[in-house]
Amino acid sequence: MKALTIVSYQWKDLFRDKWLIGYALIYLVLTDALIRFGGGGPKALLSLSNIMLLFVPLVSLIYGVLYLYQSREFVELLLAQPLDRKSLFAGLYGGLTIPLSLAFVVGAGLPLFYTGVWIQTGFGTVATVFGLGIALSLIFVGVGFLFGLKYFDERVKGFGFALVSWLFLAVLYDGLVLLLVSTFSAYPLEKAMIGLSVLNPIDLARIGVLLEFDISALMGYTGAVFNRFFGSYLGFVIALSCLVLWIAVPAWRGLNLFNKKDF
Amino acid sequence: MWTRFRQIFFLVLMMTAVQAAKGQSIRVSPDGTVNTLEQALALADSNDVIRLQEGRYLERNIVIDKPVTIEGERNAVVDAEGEGFVLIVRADNVTLRNFEVQNAGISFMDDNAGILVEEAKGVLIENLTLTDNFFGIYLSKASDSTIRNNTLIASGERETQSGNGIHLWYSKNITIHNNTIKGHRDGIYFEFVEGIAITDNLSEENLRYGQHFMFSDHCTFTGNTFKNNGAGVAVMYTDHVTMTGNRFEHNWGSAAYGLLMKEIRESKVYNNTFENNSVGMYMEASSRNRVKHNDFINNGWALKVMANSMDNQFVQNNFIENSFEVSTNSRQNFNIFTGNYWSRYMGYDLDRDGVGDVPHHPVRLFSVLIEKQPEMLILMRSLLIGMLDTAERIMPVLTPEELIDKKPQMARIQ
Repeated sequence: MKALTIVSYQWKDLFRDKWLIGYALIYLVLTDALIRFGGGGPKALLSLSNIMLLFVPLVSLIYGVLYLYQSREFVELLLAQPLDRKSLFAGLYGGLTIPLSLAFVVGAGLPLFYTGVWIQTGFGTVATVFGLGIALSLIFVGVGFLFGLKYFDERVKGFGFALVSWLFLAVLYDGLVLLLVSTFSAYPLEKAMIGLSVLNPIDLARIGVLLEFDISALMGYTGAVFNRFFGSYLGFVIALSCLVLWIAVPAWRGLNLFNKKDF
Repeated sequence: MWTRFRQIFFLVLMMTAVQAAKGQSIRVSPDGTVNTLEQALALADSNDVIRLQEGRYLERNIVIDKPVTIEGERNAVVDAEGEGFVLIVRADNVTLRNFEVQNAGISFMDDNAGILVEEAKGVLIENLTLTDNFFGIYLSKASDSTIRNNTLIASGERETQSGNGIHLWYSKNITIHNNTIKGHRDGIYFEFVEGIAITDNLSEENLRYGQHFMFSDHCTFTGNTFKNNGAGVAVMYTDHVTMTGNRFEHNWGSAAYGLLMKEIRESKVYNNTFENNSVGMYMEASSRNRVKHNDFINNGWALKVMANSMDNQFVQNNFIENSFEVSTNSRQNFNIFTGNYWSRYMGYDLDRDGVGDVPHHPVRLFSVLIEKQPEMLILMRSLLIGMLDTAERIMPVLTPEELIDKKPQMARIQ
């Protein structure tokens, strides 16, 4: 209950900031432009997914770190109140993830809705893309909080770690996978690849997008192996629980840090 | 009065004469005097019409050795009960129409067929329903015949226990029009045939190929739909094939191709649609073919052209939303790509003549990588792959430098 009060405070605070509205507007304009000029609904949604895979983690990370730094006085003030740290952390986390996810869903969703693309592409596909977007927001706000708390007084360091972790997960990780595949090309690597991709949340979300849009290519060759895994009940459960783990672990670690922190 | 009577008499005489030339009509019904097709055929003379009344005739290996017409009523069924052939046509000018043929037997020794036409001319097979036969309609050394408006449905589950829908062997001048073939091994199969026209057929959900043919020059396929077959359509070892206005759809799997061309020469592939296949079109050891005005939409790979294919022209095709546009296994290119529309084209058109000012490289670095290491497929749409593709496009190192479209169209070709 207390957490909810803090969420509502933050809600007001974020909207006063206008940044969030800008974030939603960017998605709105982008999606609208993609539908208008990109030709065709499914293609627009695919481009949107590509943008989502890139921007949602980045923005969530940066916002997560920055917001913690910015609201330092607010946090310290609240800590002086009779309020347990757990609800305060939950309030801060919820107060950022809910508006961020909402900004993405509303910003990207409105053009899909008013142009009727969501009917054209099918509700399931749209729901998958938005579900993945929300999951990525939750994960990376958590990671951002983690870095923000760890380097609470060294802002540049916290910010730098956040950026590097994004760069690692979005680009370098795939480079390592590429390297691994070409080094061990003589071995059957399908299962190892599945294992590796499950470890990285951006890759996991990317595969979710692939399964929606590139199913024809996935049906050929090795793709069939991936498709069989992620298409099966077990694969789905594993992928989903990995996403949940990715949401839970950073948030839980953040909470631990927050509890112990001497402000 | 008398003249009038004479006129009528003359008219009746004429009609009888015509009737006689046309042959008499024999009725077969389950509870009549003639109650099997075999009896009727024994009674019949040339040009007679045998009318099958409603009912089920449990007969097999029925040999038609004179030019007769067999016409069925609604629900007239000839059933071989899963053994041997049903009908064997060994005479010219036989017509089979409006009945159902069932259950030619599965055999590993003989190609048992619902209807076997052997060394005959001028045979017409129309409006038949063939259900659960091993082979459907089997033409061997036949010529000048027509197979039209038939429905062939089988429910084979394994390739070894299933025969082909329409099977042609050493035949000439056959027209195959508006048939529906479903659930056989190969929907339509040819070997050593010539001058065949296949139009407006639907071949779907067959276990292996929707259509499969070899050593069959000068054949024409127009307006057919091949959908959801185990391995798509395969044409092999043939010259001068014309394929126009066909649809190749939903052929999914590790060895499924919308259209597989192996050693095809001087053929035309015009105005076809390839949609949602794992590989739209696969070309191996084929040369001097013209591929024009086709739509490749939403395929995994739109085109796979092996390096042993030469002098093929790919002109004015639409490549729309394919995961990969062109893939090949060499850095050399011996084919011509020009004037196509590529939805992945990133260039610009400053002089506004509808043609892009910079050439398009349809082979991505990623498709080259995947050709070597298929496991990399899981990296598709990664930011890293996008960056590598862009770098490669600017400075080709691994992709075929010559395989470019110098006149990429800015808008979809209608």
